[in-house]
Amino acid sequence: MATQHTTEEVLLDVKGISLSFGGVKALSNISFDVRKGEIRAIIGPNGAGKSSMLNCINGFYHPQEGEITFKGETRKQMQTHKAAEQGIARTFQNIALFSGMSTLDNIMTGRNLKMKANVFWQALHLGPARREEVEHREVAERVIDFLEIEQIRKTPVGRLPYGLQKRVELGRALAAEPDLLLLDEPMAGMNHEEKEDMCRYILDVNDQLGTTIVLIEHDMSVVMDISDRVVVLDYGRMLADGTPDVVRTNQDVINAYLGVTHE
Amino acid sequence: MFYREAGQFKTTYEADQGIFPIIQDRWFIAIMLVISFVVIPYFANEYWFQAVIIPLYIYAIAAIGLNILTGYAGQVSLGTGAFMAIGAYATYKLCTAFPDLNILIVFVMSGLFSAGVGIIFGIPSLRIKGFYLAVATLAAQFFILWLFNKVGWFYNNNPSGTITAPPREVLGIMITGPNALAITRYYVVLSFLVVFALAAKNIVRGRIGRSWMAIRDMDIAAEIIGIEPLKTKLMAFAISSFYCGVAGALYIFCWLGSAETEAFDINLSFLILFMIIVGGLGSIMGSIMGAAFITLLPIFLTNFPPMIGIQIASDLAKHLEEIIFGVLIVFFLIVEPHGLARLWQIVKEKLRQWPFPY
Repeated sequence: MATQHTTEEVLLDVKGISLSFGGVKALSNISFDVRKGEIRAIIGPNGAGKSSMLNCINGFYHPQEGEITFKGETRKQMQTHKAAEQGIARTFQNIALFSGMSTLDNIMTGRNLKMKANVFWQALHLGPARREEVEHREVAERVIDFLEIEQIRKTPVGRLPYGLQKRVELGRALAAEPDLLLLDEPMAGMNHEEKEDMCRYILDVNDQLGTTIVLIEHDMSVVMDISDRVVVLDYGRMLADGTPDVVRTNQDVINAYLGVTHE
Repeated sequence: MFYREAGQFKTTYEADQGIFPIIQDRWFIAIMLVISFVVIPYFANEYWFQAVIIPLYIYAIAAIGLNILTGYAGQVSLGTGAFMAIGAYATYKLCTAFPDLNILIVFVMSGLFSAGVGIIFGIPSLRIKGFYLAVATLAAQFFILWLFNKVGWFYNNNPSGTITAPPREVLGIMITGPNALAITRYYVVLSFLVVFALAAKNIVRGRIGRSWMAIRDMDIAAEIIGIEPLKTKLMAFAISSFYCGVAGALYIFCWLGSAETEAFDINLSFLILFMIIVGGLGSIMGSIMGAAFITLLPIFLTNFPPMIGIQIASDLAKHLEEIIFGVLIVFFLIVEPHGLARLWQIVKEKLRQWPFPY
């Protein structure tokens, strides 16, 4: 299913990325691009280097070789908070919410970068600090509406069931109004209905907010259904890159997933 | 029934984000303020002010400071005593060097000195966490007290090695010094506590508070949504030390009158730490309740047996008191590890229905 938002403009360009931990090569010479407005999937068997790839994109890992161009700005290494400032948000494979805080506070934290009032105004809770809180609360509430989590607004996230926690985490990333959203297995561990819900949210985010999405997912039916183009990794190497139909028929990909007989 | 938000409809985000959005809370705070500003001064005598209430309020300020650092930002500190000492010594130096400066302003300025030193000792927190950070702050505790003992300049080369509160007045009223009335000092300390507690409450529910809690709960995720760990942690160290510094200044100038560095030793740091653990980590109200609990419990234990007619030899009483005190704290932490603040929350949740079954 191709989305209407896809343009030819390249938002993220990854060139020749190699990353190793000591002697282990996690990624070797990976290159692909992400066009503005598309849903790009990264797939591959366990240990293929998918999460490492996301970690490189948002500056959490620093690849030894290669460069990443985001919005026309090229960088070799960057700090995670700089990536956030540039408009990259992400969710995690294992939920990484702020468990002591309420749903609303978690989502408000996603707005932190855009808030500026200094500590004195905040201590008084007057002037800019007060205006800012209300202003950003409105954005947070729009995200809450969007994800249909109004009823758990004030509940500490530690008490929420798994599926909802995943949704709150997506909300926190959305609250930052990112240009590029990285989703690390957004549907892991969910049942069929929850997966359908999550797919709907992802498609809506892409469609209504125009956010470019890079996602990692193991569920092939999901990947083939919602993504515009797919990158396949295996043991840190790139196996294929193209539309779901092209990837599906690629012999290397079939071998990697189904195994191959060695004579 | 008695405590519930039902029927209190908020029509703006501003109203929903008020500091005490529920009307019963507003009443509770109003009653507490009336009690502390009107009722206590009316009934309390010199002994109660000097031995109980003034230290309680000062400990509460320090406990709020430590709770900001440990409870909200998740950085364990054992240097509270040292940061309080910096506030006290800075006040002493400032008010002897500039005798005409308003002493209340001096208190706040010395808090800033403490904040500065707090930032320096907070730098290791970027690299080390948990117990290891606690040990690093322990270095602050010992180093700063050693420095204040060793360098005579800090106590104006006073041969006794102590710092003494000089008489200072504001608007013709004695605030510090031997002739300052207990009730005046009570009002000074109370005003600081009220203003500081409200300011802390405002900070922790805003952007800065959320970034502290984000760092505490999941530092990697916090970093990835754009929170700079070093800046956020140093901010916590600065504000925490500011609170502790002012508390230290009040500790000498509004309570003890004169002291040596021993007044700020490691026992004080532990005492404040116990207060926030018992009171509840990550709660401003809990800090005050913890300070009250730790200050009032020994007094209660001393006075309770004679009240019900049990006479115990005073040395035995002292030992028993310490044993019971320790047992109570252990018992308390097992039963309610989230402290008094959590108990208070449970009471409020129960009161939503009580006295009806549902």
